[in-house]
Amino acid sequence: MIGLIGKKIGMTQIFDDTGRLIPVTVIEFAPNTVVGKKTTEKDGYSAVVIGVKEMKKIQITKPYAGQFPEGIAPTKILQEMRDYEKEVAVGDKLEVASFEGIRYVDVTAISKGKGFQGVMKRWNFGGGRSTHGSKFHREPGSTGQRTYPHKTFKNVKLPGRMGREKVTVMNLRVVRVDAENSMMLIRGAVPGPRSCTVVVRDAVKKTK
Amino acid sequence: MNLIQMIQAPQMRSDLAAFKVGDTVKVHFKIVEGKNERVQIYEGLVIAMKNAGIGKTFMVRKISYGVGVERVFPINSPRIEKVEVVRLGKVRRAKLYYIRTKIGKKSKVKEYIPVKKIAAPAPTKA
Repeated sequence: MIGLIGKKIGMTQIFDDTGRLIPVTVIEFAPNTVVGKKTTEKDGYSAVVIGVKEMKKIQITKPYAGQFPEGIAPTKILQEMRDYEKEVAVGDKLEVASFEGIRYVDVTAISKGKGFQGVMKRWNFGGGRSTHGSKFHREPGSTGQRTYPHKTFKNVKLPGRMGREKVTVMNLRVVRVDAENSMMLIRGAVPGPRSCTVVVRDAVKKTK
Repeated sequence: MNLIQMIQAPQMRSDLAAFKVGDTVKVHFKIVEGKNERVQIYEGLVIAMKNAGIGKTFMVRKISYGVGVERVFPINSPRIEKVEVVRLGKVRRAKLYYIRTKIGKKSKVKEYIPVKKIAAPAPTKA
Protein backbone atom coordinates (compact mmCIF):
# COMPACT_ATOMS: atom_id res chain seq x y z
CA MET A 1 0.00 0.00 0.00
CA ILE A 2 1.04 3.56 -0.74
CA GLY A 3 -0.92 6.31 0.90
CA LEU A 4 -0.80 9.87 2.15
CA ILE A 5 -2.87 12.26 4.20
CA GLY A 6 -4.12 15.23 2.19
CA LYS A 7 -6.51 18.14 2.30
CA LYS A 8 -9.52 18.50 0.04
CA ILE A 9 -9.36 21.87 -1.70
CA GLY A 10 -12.48 21.67 -3.86
CA MET A 11 -13.77 20.69 -7.25
CA THR A 12 -13.24 22.10 -10.71
CA GLN A 13 -13.00 20.78 -14.24
CA ILE A 14 -10.25 20.28 -16.80
CA PHE A 15 -10.11 19.42 -20.50
CA ASP A 16 -7.96 16.42 -21.40
CA ASP A 17 -5.79 16.03 -24.52
CA THR A 18 -8.76 15.11 -26.69
CA GLY A 19 -10.78 18.06 -25.41
CA ARG A 20 -13.04 15.99 -23.23
CA LEU A 21 -14.29 17.62 -20.05
CA ILE A 22 -13.36 15.89 -16.80
CA PRO A 23 -14.75 16.84 -13.37
CA VAL A 24 -11.93 16.73 -10.84
CA THR A 25 -11.34 17.12 -7.12
CA VAL A 26 -8.17 18.93 -6.08
CA ILE A 27 -6.31 17.47 -3.12
CA GLU A 28 -3.30 19.17 -1.61
CA PHE A 29 -0.59 17.29 0.22
CA ALA A 30 1.60 18.88 2.81
CA PRO A 31 4.74 16.81 3.45
CA ASN A 32 3.75 13.75 5.49
CA THR A 33 6.16 12.82 8.25
CA VAL A 34 6.86 9.22 9.08
CA VAL A 35 6.46 9.22 12.85
CA GLY A 36 6.63 5.53 13.57
CA LYS A 37 6.76 1.99 12.33
CA LYS A 38 4.97 -1.17 13.39
CA THR A 39 6.73 -4.45 12.81
CA THR A 40 5.47 -8.00 12.60
CA GLU A 41 7.88 -9.14 15.30
CA LYS A 42 6.84 -6.58 17.85
CA ASP A 43 3.28 -5.60 16.98
CA GLY A 44 2.02 -8.56 14.98
CA TYR A 45 1.58 -6.58 11.78
CA SER A 46 3.62 -4.26 9.66
CA ALA A 47 2.59 -0.66 9.15
CA VAL A 48 3.91 2.85 8.81
CA VAL A 49 2.51 5.66 10.93
CA ILE A 50 2.36 8.97 9.14
CA GLY A 51 1.35 12.35 10.46
CA VAL A 52 0.61 15.86 9.26
CA LYS A 53 -0.05 19.24 10.82
CA GLU A 54 2.68 20.00 13.32
CA MET A 55 1.30 21.14 16.65
CA LYS A 56 2.07 24.30 18.54
CA LYS A 57 4.02 23.84 21.73
CA ILE A 58 1.08 24.90 23.87
CA GLN A 59 -1.18 22.25 22.35
CA ILE A 60 1.05 19.30 23.17
CA THR A 61 0.48 17.35 26.34
CA LYS A 62 3.28 15.20 27.74
CA PRO A 63 1.41 11.89 27.27
CA TYR A 64 0.64 12.80 23.67
CA ALA A 65 4.24 13.75 22.97
CA GLY A 66 5.40 10.50 24.51
CA GLN A 67 4.31 8.41 21.54
CA PHE A 68 6.58 10.28 19.15
CA PRO A 69 10.26 9.36 18.82
CA GLU A 70 12.82 11.94 19.80
CA GLY A 71 13.53 14.70 17.32
CA ILE A 72 10.15 14.41 15.60
CA ALA A 73 7.64 17.14 16.20
CA PRO A 74 4.23 15.82 17.34
CA THR A 75 1.57 16.03 14.65
CA LYS A 76 -2.15 16.52 15.09
CA ILE A 77 -3.35 13.97 12.53
CA LEU A 78 -2.01 10.43 12.58
CA GLN A 79 -2.74 7.54 10.25
CA GLU A 80 -1.43 4.01 10.08
CA MET A 81 -0.77 2.55 6.64
CA ARG A 82 -0.64 -1.24 6.58
CA ASP A 83 2.14 -2.98 4.61
CA TYR A 84 3.72 0.13 3.14
CA GLU A 85 5.27 -0.76 -0.20
CA LYS A 86 7.93 1.93 -0.12
CA GLU A 87 11.09 1.75 1.95
CA VAL A 88 10.76 4.53 4.49
CA ALA A 89 12.58 5.44 7.67
CA VAL A 90 11.22 7.27 10.70
CA GLY A 91 11.58 11.00 10.13
CA ASP A 92 11.17 10.85 6.33
CA LYS A 93 9.01 13.41 4.60
CA LEU A 94 6.67 11.82 2.05
CA GLU A 95 5.64 13.93 -0.91
CA VAL A 96 2.91 13.60 -3.49
CA ALA A 97 5.48 12.33 -5.99
CA SER A 98 5.19 8.89 -4.39
CA PHE A 99 1.87 8.54 -6.25
CA GLU A 100 3.69 8.74 -9.58
CA GLY A 101 2.61 5.85 -11.79
CA ILE A 102 -0.51 4.99 -9.81
CA ARG A 103 -3.71 5.13 -11.90
CA TYR A 104 -6.49 4.43 -9.42
CA VAL A 105 -6.88 5.42 -5.77
CA ASP A 106 -9.27 4.94 -2.85
CA VAL A 107 -10.17 8.04 -0.85
CA THR A 108 -11.36 7.95 2.78
CA ALA A 109 -12.81 10.90 4.67
CA ILE A 110 -15.54 11.96 7.08
CA SER A 111 -18.61 12.79 5.01
CA LYS A 112 -20.64 15.99 5.34
CA GLY A 113 -23.18 15.95 8.16
CA LYS A 114 -26.78 16.02 6.96
CA GLY A 115 -28.51 16.42 10.34
CA PHE A 116 -31.66 14.56 11.40
CA GLN A 117 -33.14 13.05 8.27
CA GLY A 118 -36.17 10.94 7.44
CA VAL A 119 -36.14 7.46 5.99
CA MET A 120 -36.52 8.55 2.37
CA LYS A 121 -33.28 10.50 2.32
CA ARG A 122 -31.43 8.38 4.87
CA TRP A 123 -32.33 4.88 3.71
CA ASN A 124 -33.77 5.47 0.23
CA PHE A 125 -37.30 4.35 1.17
CA GLY A 126 -39.81 4.78 -1.62
CA GLY A 127 -42.40 6.77 0.28
CA GLY A 128 -46.07 6.83 -0.58
CA ARG A 129 -48.31 8.64 -3.03
CA SER A 130 -48.60 12.35 -2.55
CA THR A 131 -52.12 12.70 -4.00
CA HIS A 132 -55.29 10.68 -4.73
CA GLY A 133 -56.34 10.58 -1.08
CA SER A 134 -53.13 9.03 0.12
CA LYS A 135 -52.33 9.73 3.76
CA PHE A 136 -48.96 7.99 3.61
CA HIS A 137 -46.28 10.32 2.31
CA ARG A 138 -42.78 10.08 3.78
CA GLU A 139 -43.39 7.91 6.85
CA PRO A 140 -41.24 4.89 7.79
CA GLY A 141 -44.25 2.54 7.91
CA SER A 142 -44.31 -0.59 10.01
CA THR A 143 -41.32 -1.34 12.23
CA GLY A 144 -42.19 -4.86 13.34
CA GLN A 145 -44.69 -7.69 13.79
CA ARG A 146 -47.37 -8.41 16.44
CA THR A 147 -47.69 -9.77 19.99
CA TYR A 148 -44.84 -11.99 19.06
CA PRO A 149 -42.03 -10.78 19.04
CA HIS A 150 -43.56 -7.82 20.87
CA LYS A 151 -40.64 -5.53 20.20
CA THR A 152 -38.95 -3.69 17.41
CA PHE A 153 -35.79 -5.46 16.40
CA LYS A 154 -32.45 -3.73 16.53
CA ASN A 155 -31.04 -2.13 13.38
CA VAL A 156 -34.43 -1.33 11.88
CA LYS A 157 -34.01 1.55 9.44
CA LEU A 158 -35.56 4.63 11.05
CA PRO A 159 -35.06 8.40 10.89
CA GLY A 160 -32.00 9.80 12.62
CA ARG A 161 -28.69 11.55 12.25
CA MET A 162 -27.23 11.15 8.78
CA GLY A 163 -23.73 11.75 7.45
CA ARG A 164 -20.56 12.70 9.29
CA GLU A 165 -19.31 9.15 9.13
CA LYS A 166 -16.22 7.56 7.68
CA VAL A 167 -16.75 6.93 3.97
CA THR A 168 -14.41 5.38 1.45
CA VAL A 169 -14.86 5.89 -2.28
CA MET A 170 -12.98 3.30 -4.26
CA ASN A 171 -11.38 3.17 -7.71
CA LEU A 172 -11.16 6.87 -8.50
CA ARG A 173 -8.95 7.68 -11.46
CA VAL A 174 -5.88 9.83 -10.93
CA VAL A 175 -5.97 12.56 -13.55
CA ARG A 176 -2.78 14.39 -12.68
CA VAL A 177 -0.03 14.30 -10.07
CA ASP A 178 1.53 17.73 -9.70
CA ALA A 179 4.69 17.47 -7.61
CA GLU A 180 5.55 21.12 -8.12
CA ASN A 181 2.42 22.36 -6.35
CA SER A 182 2.19 19.17 -4.23
CA MET A 183 -1.35 18.46 -5.34
CA MET A 184 -3.26 15.75 -7.10
CA LEU A 185 -6.31 15.80 -9.33
CA ILE A 186 -8.75 12.93 -8.91
CA ARG A 187 -11.67 12.28 -11.24
CA GLY A 188 -15.06 12.73 -9.62
CA ALA A 189 -16.14 13.62 -6.11
CA VAL A 190 -14.64 12.60 -2.78
CA PRO A 191 -16.38 12.61 0.62
CA GLY A 192 -16.23 15.52 3.01
CA PRO A 193 -16.47 19.30 2.98
CA ARG A 194 -13.79 21.57 1.53
CA SER A 195 -10.53 21.72 3.48
CA CYS A 196 -11.25 18.45 5.30
CA THR A 197 -8.63 15.78 5.87
CA VAL A 198 -8.66 12.92 3.38
CA VAL A 199 -6.62 9.74 3.24
CA VAL A 200 -5.62 8.78 -0.28
CA ARG A 201 -4.11 5.41 -1.05
CA ASP A 202 -3.61 3.22 -4.10
CA ALA A 203 -6.72 1.28 -5.07
CA VAL A 204 -7.16 -2.08 -3.40
CA LYS A 205 -9.41 -3.60 -6.04
CA LYS A 206 -8.55 -1.87 -9.29
CA THR A 207 -4.83 -1.99 -9.85
CA LYS A 208 -4.52 -1.69 -13.63
CA MET B 1 -3.92 32.73 -6.20
CA ASN B 2 -5.38 29.57 -4.82
CA LEU B 3 -4.87 26.11 -6.31
CA ILE B 4 -8.22 25.97 -8.08
CA GLN B 5 -7.72 29.28 -9.81
CA MET B 6 -4.23 28.13 -10.77
CA ILE B 7 -5.64 25.06 -12.51
CA GLN B 8 -8.34 27.02 -14.28
CA ALA B 9 -6.34 30.03 -15.44
CA PRO B 10 -4.42 28.35 -18.30
CA GLN B 11 -7.59 26.73 -19.61
CA MET B 12 -9.60 29.92 -19.91
CA ARG B 13 -10.05 31.07 -23.52
CA SER B 14 -10.15 34.69 -24.45
CA ASP B 15 -9.52 34.30 -28.19
CA LEU B 16 -13.14 33.62 -29.18
CA ALA B 17 -15.18 36.33 -30.82
CA ALA B 18 -17.51 38.10 -28.42
CA PHE B 19 -21.16 37.19 -28.90
CA LYS B 20 -24.33 37.52 -26.89
CA VAL B 21 -27.66 35.82 -26.39
CA GLY B 22 -29.78 36.48 -29.48
CA ASP B 23 -26.91 36.41 -31.93
CA THR B 24 -26.75 33.89 -34.74
CA VAL B 25 -23.38 32.15 -34.69
CA LYS B 26 -21.41 29.54 -36.58
CA VAL B 27 -19.53 27.25 -34.20
CA HIS B 28 -16.56 25.48 -35.75
CA PHE B 29 -16.33 22.34 -33.65
CA LYS B 30 -13.64 19.69 -33.98
CA ILE B 31 -14.98 16.14 -34.21
CA VAL B 32 -12.90 12.98 -33.90
CA GLU B 33 -14.06 10.14 -36.13
CA GLY B 34 -11.90 7.11 -35.50
CA LYS B 35 -8.48 8.50 -36.25
CA ASN B 36 -9.56 11.41 -38.40
CA GLU B 37 -10.32 14.81 -37.06
CA ARG B 38 -12.54 17.20 -38.93
CA VAL B 39 -14.27 20.47 -38.26
CA GLN B 40 -18.04 20.55 -38.22
CA ILE B 41 -19.88 23.83 -38.50
CA TYR B 42 -22.98 24.23 -36.38
CA GLU B 43 -25.02 27.32 -37.10
CA GLY B 44 -27.88 28.58 -35.00
CA LEU B 45 -29.27 31.07 -32.55
CA VAL B 46 -27.66 31.50 -29.12
CA ILE B 47 -30.60 31.11 -26.75
CA ALA B 48 -28.83 30.88 -23.38
CA MET B 49 -25.54 31.30 -21.60
CA LYS B 50 -24.62 29.89 -18.24
CA ASN B 51 -21.83 31.65 -16.43
CA ALA B 52 -19.85 29.44 -14.11
CA GLY B 53 -16.24 30.50 -14.51
CA ILE B 54 -14.37 27.71 -16.26
CA GLY B 55 -17.64 25.85 -16.75
CA LYS B 56 -19.27 28.61 -18.77
CA THR B 57 -21.49 27.25 -21.53
CA PHE B 58 -23.72 28.54 -24.32
CA MET B 59 -26.69 26.90 -25.96
CA VAL B 60 -27.24 27.09 -29.71
CA ARG B 61 -30.61 26.26 -31.27
CA LYS B 62 -31.30 25.51 -34.89
CA ILE B 63 -34.02 23.87 -36.92
CA SER B 64 -32.67 20.83 -38.68
CA TYR B 65 -35.04 19.17 -41.19
CA GLY B 66 -38.01 20.60 -39.32
CA VAL B 67 -36.80 19.41 -35.93
CA GLY B 68 -35.48 21.78 -33.34
CA VAL B 69 -31.95 20.89 -32.20
CA GLU B 70 -30.22 22.44 -29.20
CA ARG B 71 -26.58 21.98 -28.38
CA VAL B 72 -24.64 23.14 -25.36
CA PHE B 73 -20.99 24.04 -25.87
CA PRO B 74 -18.49 24.66 -23.07
CA ILE B 75 -17.05 28.02 -24.02
CA ASN B 76 -13.56 27.08 -22.84
CA SER B 77 -13.45 23.80 -24.75
CA PRO B 78 -10.30 23.35 -26.82
CA ARG B 79 -12.46 21.59 -29.41
CA ILE B 80 -14.05 24.86 -30.45
CA GLU B 81 -11.89 26.15 -33.25
CA LYS B 82 -13.67 29.46 -33.64
CA VAL B 83 -17.04 31.12 -33.32
CA GLU B 84 -18.27 33.35 -36.14
CA VAL B 85 -20.98 35.87 -35.49
CA VAL B 86 -23.31 35.81 -38.48
CA ARG B 87 -26.03 38.17 -37.30
CA LEU B 88 -26.46 40.30 -34.23
CA GLY B 89 -29.76 39.99 -32.42
CA LYS B 90 -31.80 42.54 -30.51
CA VAL B 91 -33.32 40.86 -27.45
CA ARG B 92 -34.53 41.96 -24.05
CA ARG B 93 -34.10 38.72 -22.18
CA ALA B 94 -31.11 36.66 -20.99
CA LYS B 95 -32.68 33.29 -21.84
CA LEU B 96 -34.67 32.84 -25.03
CA TYR B 97 -36.39 29.60 -24.07
CA TYR B 98 -39.74 31.05 -25.24
CA ILE B 99 -38.58 30.59 -28.82
CA ARG B 100 -39.09 26.81 -28.51
CA THR B 101 -42.85 27.23 -28.51
CA LYS B 102 -43.04 29.87 -31.23
CA ILE B 103 -43.41 29.25 -34.93
CA GLY B 104 -43.17 31.47 -37.98
CA LYS B 105 -42.35 35.11 -37.56
CA LYS B 106 -42.58 34.99 -33.78
CA SER B 107 -39.68 32.56 -33.64
CA LYS B 108 -37.41 35.14 -35.20
CA VAL B 109 -35.19 37.55 -33.35
CA LYS B 110 -34.95 41.14 -34.51
CA GLU B 111 -31.62 42.11 -35.94
CA TYR B 112 -29.55 44.55 -33.98
CA ILE B 113 -28.17 47.31 -36.12
CA PRO B 114 -25.64 49.37 -34.21
CA VAL B 115 -26.39 53.05 -34.39
CA LYS B 116 -23.66 54.89 -36.21
CA LYS B 117 -22.16 57.71 -34.27
CA ILE B 118 -23.13 60.92 -35.95
CA ALA B 119 -20.21 63.25 -36.10
CA ALA B 120 -20.83 66.43 -34.18
CA PRO B 121 -21.55 69.33 -36.54
CA ALA B 122 -18.60 71.57 -37.09
CA PRO B 123 -18.76 74.61 -34.89
CA THR B 124 -20.05 77.52 -36.87
CA LYS B 125 -18.29 80.73 -36.68
CA ALA B 126 -20.12 83.24 -34.62
